[in-house]
Amino acid sequence: MSKNRDLPPMHPASAMDFLPPAQLRDVQFTRLKGMVQRAFDHVALFRKRMDDQKLKPSDLRTLDDIVKLPFTVKTDLRDAYPFGLCASPMSEIVRFHASSGTTGKPIVVAYTQEDLNDWTRAVLRSLAACGVHNGDIVQIAYGYGLFTGGLGLHYGAEALGASVIPISGGNTDRQIMLMKDFGVTVVCCTPSYFLHLIDRAVEMGVNLKELPLRTGVFGAEPWTEDMRERIEAGSDIKAYDIYGLSEIVGPGVANECIHQAGPHIFEDLFYPEVIDPKTLEPLPDGMEGELVLTTLCKRAMPMIRYRTRDITALEATRCACGRTLRRIKRIGRRSDDMLIIRGVNLFPSQIEAALLKVEGTLPHYQIIVDRQKDLDTLEVQVEVTAEAFSDTVGALEQMKKRIAHSIESITGLRPAVKLVAPRTLQRSEGKAKRVMDKRIM
Amino acid sequence: MKIKQLSVFLENKPGALSAPCRLLAKANINIQTCSLADTREFGIFRLVVEDTDKAKRLLQRNGFAVKVTEVIALEVADEPGGLAAILDALEGTGINVEYAYSLTGRTRSGHVLLLFRFSDPNTALRVLKERNISTVGSEELTKRLKG
Repeated sequence: MSKNRDLPPMHPASAMDFLPPAQLRDVQFTRLKGMVQRAFDHVALFRKRMDDQKLKPSDLRTLDDIVKLPFTVKTDLRDAYPFGLCASPMSEIVRFHASSGTTGKPIVVAYTQEDLNDWTRAVLRSLAACGVHNGDIVQIAYGYGLFTGGLGLHYGAEALGASVIPISGGNTDRQIMLMKDFGVTVVCCTPSYFLHLIDRAVEMGVNLKELPLRTGVFGAEPWTEDMRERIEAGSDIKAYDIYGLSEIVGPGVANECIHQAGPHIFEDLFYPEVIDPKTLEPLPDGMEGELVLTTLCKRAMPMIRYRTRDITALEATRCACGRTLRRIKRIGRRSDDMLIIRGVNLFPSQIEAALLKVEGTLPHYQIIVDRQKDLDTLEVQVEVTAEAFSDTVGALEQMKKRIAHSIESITGLRPAVKLVAPRTLQRSEGKAKRVMDKRIM
Repeated sequence: MKIKQLSVFLENKPGALSAPCRLLAKANINIQTCSLADTREFGIFRLVVEDTDKAKRLLQRNGFAVKVTEVIALEVADEPGGLAAILDALEGTGINVEYAYSLTGRTRSGHVLLLFRFSDPNTALRVLKERNISTVGSEELTKRLKG
């Protein structure tokens, strides 16, 4: 079996990727006005923030006036849990997704049918941009469920006309078996999981380089050029970066074209800005800062100037593909303490919330994130207090289980829990150092 | 009679056990008997000393997680069926032996001393008394160990 790398003709939906800049701005401005009016009319928090600044939707006279609008932050979503930021009645909402909040409660996002159609189209354009077409067999190894990864890619790939294998995450051996037996040509998962697949395939005696597999669409966690090189060298595929976040829509906010020069943002749907995270002042293209996104079409849950906490820069230089959409520089770090582990968002405060439920485990704990055999590992070390210490091994093992369960139920991640002696965890300047991220990417 | 035992949480790594032992040595506290329970990651060091409170304070001050547990010392005949006879006495009471270990040192001839941690020490004591199985208290223990 060999790899067919012929490029398909342009998909009609991709035409929006090539709008002349002036026309794109017209589309953006028209959509922005409509969306802001809807949010003002139906979302109490947004209306209050506009009122506080004595702003009305009609004060938006040009697209650049967007900088007058108030920011939205992650805690706004938490405080509005579960439906406080919805602008559509339940009769029009057809889907929910959820992702990690900063504490015990998740962040909920809602979609109308039109929102889902827009999202599907954004994912379709994402896949089309990196050469995926209706002849492809697409294996979707992102998790299905509340996480946006699986279903997001699923509908986009189906709309493109590709043949979808909704295998979801995990069960590596079966992933490799289907990849080989079905002649899968495109795989969608986290880049670290794919590196793990490469290793496992070698152990199973499967040579990915000889399979029809030619394209990987990787996202849901930060990755580097070095990882791209390892993926491409280890499997003879092209690895493309897909970017998204559930607060905005899910995957498909931006995606790389075949030139792999950073994900193009689908600006007609998601308006990007980069700001200085300290002064909150907008930064010009090319300057590194925090990415801020505004949904231009979302109905069920419009997001206005949502601070993503991802640090990047907008690249306006012309791309060889001819798309007029700006690109985001590869995202490597964040302006908050969020960790991304196996594609799942994790805030240290969630671990604290989980430990709070297990008596005697606070205040001293440490989160150790590592990458072993290309898979992220999460270990939580907890100092045993006199209060929690029990004289029998069984009781201590039980406590470990309770801690692991509590963390898993809040974060969705199953940690390795290690009990350590009192006063052994590192304290720096009187303040505990909570997170050790040993991953080298 | 119940005996107070100290349990100390230790990580399962080289040197972990010597730290509490050195502390006790410096304070001239003699370990009358001890046992070590271990898992892959951590261990529980259980020990009996003459002045439990003093040793506990010392260990806690130095950052150890310490717990005082009540155990029962029993004289067991050093012959076939010696231990079985004691367990027979508890049969049907629902009392669980969580762990047990033997005491070193001189004891009455023909007997060994075993320390038991029962799930319900008070009921265990009553049952044992009913069956005329004598327990050894702290003072008696100290006396015997010192000879």
